[in-house]
Amino acid sequence: MQSVAQTAFRYLPIALMALAWELIARLNLVDTLALPPLSKVAVAWLDLMRDGELLDNGASSLYRAFAGLFLAVVAGGGLGLLMARWRLLDMFVNPLVELFYPLPKSALIPVTVLWLGFGDGSKIFLIFLGCMIPVTIGAYNGARGSDHALLWSARSMGAGPVRMMLDVVMPSALPELLNGVRTALALAFILLVSSELIVSQKGFGYLIGYLGSTGSYEGMYAVVLTVAFLGFAADRVYQLLMQWLLRWRD
Amino acid sequence: MARLEDTASLAAAEADVARDAARRLDAVFQSGAGIFSILVLLLAWELFARSGKVTPFMLPAFSVVLTRIYTDAVGGDLWINLGLTIYRAMAGFVIATVGGITLGALMSRSRIARWFFDPIISVGFPMPKIAFLPIIMLWFGLYDFSKISIVVFDAIFPVVTATLAGIASVDKELIWSARNMGANGRELMWQIVLPAALPQILTGLQVALPISLIVAIVAEMAMGGYGLGGAMMTASRYANSPGVFAGIVEIAVVGYALIKAMAAVRRRLLAWHPETAEHT
Repeated sequence: MQSVAQTAFRYLPIALMALAWELIARLNLVDTLALPPLSKVAVAWLDLMRDGELLDNGASSLYRAFAGLFLAVVAGGGLGLLMARWRLLDMFVNPLVELFYPLPKSALIPVTVLWLGFGDGSKIFLIFLGCMIPVTIGAYNGARGSDHALLWSARSMGAGPVRMMLDVVMPSALPELLNGVRTALALAFILLVSSELIVSQKGFGYLIGYLGSTGSYEGMYAVVLTVAFLGFAADRVYQLLMQWLLRWRD
Repeated sequence: MARLEDTASLAAAEADVARDAARRLDAVFQSGAGIFSILVLLLAWELFARSGKVTPFMLPAFSVVLTRIYTDAVGGDLWINLGLTIYRAMAGFVIATVGGITLGALMSRSRIARWFFDPIISVGFPMPKIAFLPIIMLWFGLYDFSKISIVVFDAIFPVVTATLAGIASVDKELIWSARNMGANGRELMWQIVLPAALPQILTGLQVALPISLIVAIVAEMAMGGYGLGGAMMTASRYANSPGVFAGIVEIAVVGYALIKAMAAVRRRLLAWHPETAEHT
């Protein structure tokens, strides 16, 4: 176990950077318009929280991210598991997955806008498309790796295809599937922010752009740091969830 | 030293997906299934677009998109946009490679450097770094310097984590025997540690390369101007959907070519490594 002092020592460099930021800005070493002091950014953050702008835009951003991610986990997970079990599907879909994997999903931003407009739909669809591929690959690899002895004994004990899927294939695919979801989670935030920065009327990205264009740079910094922190925090929370879900493994 | 572990597992997961996909992409193409799938996909696109179920605005036919790419190629716009995007992505990638390997090597050698950068890397890795784009635009304006800076900022993280992991896994006996034979610190790093860590470093670069391309394109989309991303946004603003789809096709081809090139570099650099023999 790490003690409080050890943890504090560990994160001290980040505190030092924050202090350096404050000092550089306060001593006017750089233009304070370009780098407002951290304390002013904190004040701006509180203001944005108080008038509800941060919460409003944040809620719509998080809704987009998690709706897209959820759809991707369901569809991608299902597709990956089925591909691993059903050869015909594998032969047909696998090359498509491989082909779409290297395509930068952000390139689809203008198309999703063309199809679904500026609102939630285009963002959710983009995040869904982007996140689906790592989830599919994770589920596929995990399910392909399931122990043949387990499969054979389940079959000889009379398990049908559905039972096999639920009781044998899914649990053994879980670790790799969850890893795939973890990369998808990081990707969801990246795609969310990119698409909102480029075109949107609501959300974190919109708020960043709006505050930047009206010259309230303290507020802009506050929102940027909030998004960055949320991306980091989501990964850490997910990691704990993953450990808990996989606690049955030795 | 359990600090970077939290992030290292995410880095490893991303590297796994990237390497696995690159390897299987090769297999797909060698078996001919890839060509077949592309042809089926393109044919389906063409037929669906011509079936009248969708408007040409929603989905222009592939032949229309190809004509548009051809027009751009003859007019010269394509080469300007392509060249600029590749230049920005590659400049950022090269700086991130040199910087990332240097930082990783420094962190593995110096306790102070490790203490300082460890939390920064492990907190920064899972962050959506593209969110800092408006701040970089505020600092450096809308020109190449901004675009390359955000590419470096985004692409350097996988290089550092891969370098650290690679150096940490170098066989201790190799280092001891080199020491015994009188290697000094510099020789040890250049002749023993870095070559032994090279496979993992290259995996990190294989993660960083697509990131470089994506970030360069997103930066172009956000800032406008020349480049594949900027051209797509201009087309989108004028509701010119063949232009938008042309951008996707061009970006897909560039992305694919870069991944293939990187895989070839890997085979070349690791010609001495057992890994290469396995594949051929």
